[in-house]
Amino acid sequence: MDAIAAAFELVATWQVLAAVLSAALFGLLVGAIPGLTATMAIALLVPITFFMDPVPAVGTMVTCAAMAIFAGDIPGTLLRIPGTPASAAYAEEAYALTRKGQAELALGANLLFSAIGGLFGTAVLIFAAPTLAEIALKFSSFEYFWMALLGLTCAAFLSVASPINGVISLCIGLFVATIGLNNPAGVPRFTFGSTEMLAGIDFIPAMIGLFAVSEVLRNIAAGAPRWEIVQERVGNVFRHWGGLIVTYWRQQLRGNILGTIIGALPGAGADIAAWVSYAISRRFSRTPEKFGTGHIEGIVESTSANNSSLSSAWIPALVFGIPGDTITAIVIGVLYVKGLNPGPTLFLFNPQNIYAVFLIFVLANLVLIPLGWVAIKLAKRLLQVPRAVLMPIILAFCIVGAFASTNSMYGVIVMLAFGVLGFFMEENEIPLAPCILGIVIGPILEKNFVTSMIKSGGSFFSFFERPIAAGLGILVILVWASLLVGWARAWRRRP
Amino acid sequence: MLRRMLLNLETIAVCAVLFAFVSPAMAQYPARPITIIVPWGAGGGTDATGRIIASVLEKELGQPINVTNRTGGSGVVGHSAIASAEPDGYTLGVATVEIGMMHWQGLTELTWEDYTPIALMNEDPAAVQVAADSEFETIEALVDAIKSGEPGAFKASGTGQGGIWHLAIAGMLNDLNIEPSKVQWVPSEGAASGLQDMVAGGVEIVPCSLPEARSLIDAGRVKSLAIMAEERSELFPDVPTLKEAINSDWQIGAWRGIVGPKGMPDDVVATLTEALEKVYNSDEYKQFMSEQGYGVRWAAGQDFADFMDQSNQALGETMKAIGLAE
Repeated sequence: MDAIAAAFELVATWQVLAAVLSAALFGLLVGAIPGLTATMAIALLVPITFFMDPVPAVGTMVTCAAMAIFAGDIPGTLLRIPGTPASAAYAEEAYALTRKGQAELALGANLLFSAIGGLFGTAVLIFAAPTLAEIALKFSSFEYFWMALLGLTCAAFLSVASPINGVISLCIGLFVATIGLNNPAGVPRFTFGSTEMLAGIDFIPAMIGLFAVSEVLRNIAAGAPRWEIVQERVGNVFRHWGGLIVTYWRQQLRGNILGTIIGALPGAGADIAAWVSYAISRRFSRTPEKFGTGHIEGIVESTSANNSSLSSAWIPALVFGIPGDTITAIVIGVLYVKGLNPGPTLFLFNPQNIYAVFLIFVLANLVLIPLGWVAIKLAKRLLQVPRAVLMPIILAFCIVGAFASTNSMYGVIVMLAFGVLGFFMEENEIPLAPCILGIVIGPILEKNFVTSMIKSGGSFFSFFERPIAAGLGILVILVWASLLVGWARAWRRRP
Repeated sequence: MLRRMLLNLETIAVCAVLFAFVSPAMAQYPARPITIIVPWGAGGGTDATGRIIASVLEKELGQPINVTNRTGGSGVVGHSAIASAEPDGYTLGVATVEIGMMHWQGLTELTWEDYTPIALMNEDPAAVQVAADSEFETIEALVDAIKSGEPGAFKASGTGQGGIWHLAIAGMLNDLNIEPSKVQWVPSEGAASGLQDMVAGGVEIVPCSLPEARSLIDAGRVKSLAIMAEERSELFPDVPTLKEAINSDWQIGAWRGIVGPKGMPDDVVATLTEALEKVYNSDEYKQFMSEQGYGVRWAAGQDFADFMDQSNQALGETMKAIGLAE
């Protein structure tokens, strides 16, 4: 109890609160600019934290990351430029809401459920970190292979209307993922002797191209029509939020739990969590036909999952120093510099420090709500700009974002190429989302398959030899079986 | 109003052009911001090292320094960007041990000779880690078991195929006259995922550096058997060197140094060397590196060139011995 009181004292100083607030504003700004990622924001903060005390230093990074990731949803919803692969899971849906005039509803739900998800993940982090970290440590390449396959299955079959077109899109993504040197054998593939191509196709320019540039192209082709719909005013936000929580508490809770579990695994993370949740939400929805047309249900569940997984990614990071993503990797470095060495001892010696960090997690998610709300109010004005003016601005943002992600013109070329690809895919009713997931998960799947085969000397049975792997494998097979049965029934019912 | 704005813009443009022409001849180096290219991503050790050097160097040189990540292709993309930059001292880069590896694999034509060496700033030797519950308590027992075991009975991980830690263990076995293929290499994204796989029971050995294994050693999940260096590490003084444990001279480590494109003016190199030496000796740098657990090592000019030459030769020989290079 003393430790908790001491932690409150550590946090409740004006230095800490000022650091948290300014980091929040910084994160909001960076995250809202398409193409600039939360990782970039955190890396820029590292030299500044050298001059800070441990608690504000960690607080700055945690707050900045939470804000930047939420802010990434703003351009995703308003302009169809998703900030992270995790938000790409529902970017389409959120943009559909914007076109229906409900941008404020979509962003408001994003904000609310992001904050709740973050708090849920933090609660689990506080009370169950050591136990969950033990489980996460049992995951080897066999288990990750099944996780990745589950994620891909969800994206291709469960979350889109036409499975065939979903598979085509997924295959394009998987092909793109093979380009470059980043494969287990370390052999260049499809690089045509180009040094830039050795790096492969970075998903940020690819994502910006597929979603945003294709939309710009479509507007040019249609002569940039005016927005037909006036954005409706939501009125009293908090009452609206109450309605969302009452209606969708099941989705929220399911998203929170799934997100926390997947997030605690260092090799999976927020991306897979968001996609799997979106698919589950559609599968168990009473109105699955509404998905994809601007329906808030899937957004609620996947945004809940994605933010709770961000918090639970700290579980293996704090308990064993194993980073779940690039953000935690950077912060682990800062923890060492500040003498807060990750490990079980962090919870035993000087517990007031770790409690203070937890308090900051809570604070960061609470600060999210007022600041996020102001950001939404400001950003929404973008939609009052006529499309003929807005589209060139979007293109300029895309170019800046793509350049920033690779620091070279290569990123811009990739983005433009994927813009054209995205345009033709949508003209032929091929969904974009599975393609992105193919690019993100393809390498994880390949790497874990190849390393598992190396370890087992080429035996397929090894994928079922470990208990958790066997359980996950059976789950994947069941999902496939239920899909096949569904298709067979649909086939027979055809006239 | 518009006319006035245009006029202003014109004035600015003219000034900028004049300034661009005048500055190199007139002003003392550095007269404008410097860019440091890091060939690895944000969040890794090279990025962290590059950024701390940049933030201290900024104060020494009195000019802002931008750190730019040019990632991908196992470091080829970033190293190429450094080599092809203008050799005027305004674009520098953090070269890493991979510069002596990738050309042997035929990934690039670039070697250490395509750069102006400025200063070696850090080296982290490889060490041999096993899981804490492993039956092997010493490196000697482990090596004996590898020697008498079936090929592939032991699996190791910690970096990609042909990466530095792969060469570390393969080179060690080669040095001990044991067939390197006795230990099967399992490629991984980095030391962290390799270590996690070892704790999960996927592989038996992770030959990464001590700072990378530090948190799991502290947590009692991993133990280190030997370090492949001249001297013991300050971080874990109980871990013996290979020489002490099994009388092997094999040493290898990952290093990072500041380089520029080939053909930089001598006075610029001299200014940078002097400034970097101050960075190296600064409290900020020393403290940051020791708290992160990173090793420090200094070499400048010809010493640094000789160091890279030596590293290049040793890596090439190892890669040929294990069939990764022709």
